[in-house]
Amino acid sequence: MEILRSHRKSIGKVDAVVPNLLLYRTAPVLEVRLDEFEIYAIDRLKVLKGISDALSRGKKPEEMEKLVDDLWRMHMRQHASQNTNKDIISHFVLRLVYCRSEELRKWFLSMETTLFRYRFRLESPDSQRILMDEFNLPYKALTHAEHESVKDKLSQVSRSIGSSTNFDSIFFKVHFEEVPELVANRKVFMLQGFAYVAMHQATALVVTQFRSLLSKSLVLTYRKWTSTIREQEKDRLTPIVEALSTDYLGPNYSQPKDNIHITLKDIDHLANTSFPLCMRHLFYKLREDHHLKHGGRMQFGLFLKGVGLSLDDALAFWRDEFSKKVGLDRFEKEYAYGIRHNFGKEGKRIDYTPFSCQRIISSVPSVGNHNGCPYRHFSDENLRAALGKMGVGGRSLDDVMDKVKNHHYQLACTLTFEAIHSSSCDTGINHPNQFFVESQKILQSKNQTAS
Amino acid sequence: MVIDGNPNAGSITETFSLEYLRMYYGKLFPYTDMFQWMSYGNDGKHPGCDLSFFGRREFSFTLDNDIYLRFQSFSNLAEMENSIKEKCPFKIDIGPVYSVDPAKRHAYSQGGNSVFAPVERELVFDIDITDYDDVRYCCSGADVCLNCWPLMTAAIKVMDVSLRDDFGFNHILWVYSGRRGIHCWVCDGRARRLTNEQRTAVANYFHVYKGGENSLKKISFTGAALHPFLTRSYTDVLRVIFEEKLLCSQDLFASEERYQKILELIPDETLVTELHEKWSGNKRSTTLNNDRWDHLKHTLQSGKQKVQGLRRCVEEIVFSYTYPRLDMEVSKSMNHLLKAPFCVHPKTGRVCIPIDPNNCDDFDPTSVPSLSELLEELNAAGLKAEFENVSEIEKTSLGKSIKFFRSSFLHPLLKSCKEELERSHNAKLQQSKNSLNW
Ligand code: SF4
Ligand SMILES: [Zn+2]
Repeated sequence: MEILRSHRKSIGKVDAVVPNLLLYRTAPVLEVRLDEFEIYAIDRLKVLKGISDALSRGKKPEEMEKLVDDLWRMHMRQHASQNTNKDIISHFVLRLVYCRSEELRKWFLSMETTLFRYRFRLESPDSQRILMDEFNLPYKALTHAEHESVKDKLSQVSRSIGSSTNFDSIFFKVHFEEVPELVANRKVFMLQGFAYVAMHQATALVVTQFRSLLSKSLVLTYRKWTSTIREQEKDRLTPIVEALSTDYLGPNYSQPKDNIHITLKDIDHLANTSFPLCMRHLFYKLREDHHLKHGGRMQFGLFLKGVGLSLDDALAFWRDEFSKKVGLDRFEKEYAYGIRHNFGKEGKRIDYTPFSCQRIISSVPSVGNHNGCPYRHFSDENLRAALGKMGVGGRSLDDVMDKVKNHHYQLACTLTFEAIHSSSCDTGINHPNQFFVESQKILQSKNQTAS
Repeated sequence: MVIDGNPNAGSITETFSLEYLRMYYGKLFPYTDMFQWMSYGNDGKHPGCDLSFFGRREFSFTLDNDIYLRFQSFSNLAEMENSIKEKCPFKIDIGPVYSVDPAKRHAYSQGGNSVFAPVERELVFDIDITDYDDVRYCCSGADVCLNCWPLMTAAIKVMDVSLRDDFGFNHILWVYSGRRGIHCWVCDGRARRLTNEQRTAVANYFHVYKGGENSLKKISFTGAALHPFLTRSYTDVLRVIFEEKLLCSQDLFASEERYQKILELIPDETLVTELHEKWSGNKRSTTLNNDRWDHLKHTLQSGKQKVQGLRRCVEEIVFSYTYPRLDMEVSKSMNHLLKAPFCVHPKTGRVCIPIDPNNCDDFDPTSVPSLSELLEELNAAGLKAEFENVSEIEKTSLGKSIKFFRSSFLHPLLKSCKEELERSHNAKLQQSKNSLNW
């Protein structure tokens, strides 16, 4: 794949290849603009993250099928013309992004395989067959003559397993080793070492095949990444690739939502009703110690900014607490700068964005720091106590702890949200500011119906 | 020649003794054939040969006093021969080929990451007549006779055809286990490289009989048709053996107790009562078994019996009484050991000789060469001049077995090993041109 810095040259003829679904056997021979490179990857990542959320929430196959279809339409099919290219490019970019550790590879492999499975199921039988044929899978669709010669046996097998005969007019020859389960249950006709697999049985095989090919390629990609690409591309692709795996993909919370502005006097109340656990913890620690170390100040300060605290109120808020410990003078000298800095009023004048869950969860708080995500960074015991204080108990508490045990921290946070609001949160929690916004929405609508 | 060291030199009286066994290993055991087989062509000069191959195979010995030596390995023919002669094992088992020499497995497992794992193993099957005690009346336990042996013949026929026609295997060795059953070694490269999961799948493909003391009905066919493999087994083998052999040899309908067991397989009370009443008046007849079987078939298959559960009842009965009953565990994993062909069974003194699947009807377990007979033959042959240029083994009745082993199994196997070696060697050379691609 060639990557162009700015404008696009001609794109090779790629449209005549296949149905909607690709097996990504070879890297595309197209030229890609650097901005497309990133945008496409992010769009695909949104699809994969959506799948990942749905899976960890235990969605059923039928629900998954619809969800995958919707996600794909929403993020990957905005423009009919670039479908295939976007699909190929985004896939190969994410290979680079996700080849770089065992953990990343595992996640990517599992999400891409799921995506592939449901997309394959959505294809028409004809294009399913073309896919299987054209991508050189070790299965060959039976020719007409072959089919004729074993027709009776095939229908006998169909009847023996209780599936209707004419439904499956397409059969594949597969080495029996590839389909142990079908062989074990005598669900296929066997001849000379080949299992004759009906189309409806084939989906599982294709998916297995897809998975194993991708798994191998990821390892190869990783080798290539470490041996050449990372160095060669250190000024162009490498930073993009490295950022992508931790990128937060949701809406930007650096500006407060227009209908929510908070003032100093609201904070105590809001902390109690609408702060996620990470922020509550920082808030109460600040009240207790009148101090927070840098990591905590960043995480909490930016959150407050996103929530809608003005610069002046923010300064007043921090001054109030810190002066109790370090005195007014030291606060003005050492800390006020940082707060203005967060608001883009000092230094590079960048308006800093509040941290996403992913960023917070992957941070490594050092001793004495209170930043981080409690679901990830607290001990079991402390977490239970903290959740108890928020009013989470009984079954809900067990559910939350269960997600924690399985390392689904954001889901744990989502369940907490649902428990304390007695209301569902379908999108899941991806950002502390989102937690806040969603919480306020619910509370306000409750107030309105109450009055 | 007279056998030395035998107190009754010249007259062989016992069926089995350590002394006899020592002579057997000294003069008759086919070391070279076994070595060639277990080498699968890797003992040649071809650059593609894996010279470590034979040395990574596990053998295990059961000695005189029940001492059990696992993970024996030999780097060459002479080493194997010497070790067997020296230890004189009552039983030799063959295990898988491991990633490393099994005798040195501890050296490799140090440092936590164990590389010691099986990499190849024949696909094997083990069928014991003891598992058929509920359908044979002539013998029980480890005993066999010509009346019940057709059960083993049925197993060979059903499986041999399927292994060849369904699974596409060519190099299959059937062996009499020396006492109560048969072993099968499938030696094609593809078979040897099956994973445990795939082996389990093959074993399950053959698995129809669902044992269990408490379920009366051990086989039940519910689909609208039988799988082609089962249909073929039924029409070509099982029905024939059932009707032509077992029906009469086991007197399956001769007494109430026996036919009652069959009637229990019929899920229709009215029919069962009808048949039972008809048969209860004790008629003496030479065709009793056949008459009653015909009668049963006729009743079950007559036009009015279109009831779901009865459609396959005749087949179910025949399968229950004849279909192969595998020891599944033996086939499922690469690690399982299986007794080597040409061992001598210590209880019967009989040699584990190959069985020709194409003529398995003629195989007679009661006339398999025994240790004592073989030694007598050797003694006798020693006195005759005509045997001068013949190997010891060919002087005995074992000669026929070894010839069959070579011509029908070993030589075709080695030929195809050579071809495969050539192919994979060339493929490897080709592969170096592979380019990496992300
Ligand atoms: S999941 Fe996100 S919002 Fe919830 S506590 Fe962790 S970092 Fe905060
Ligand atoms: Zn018998």
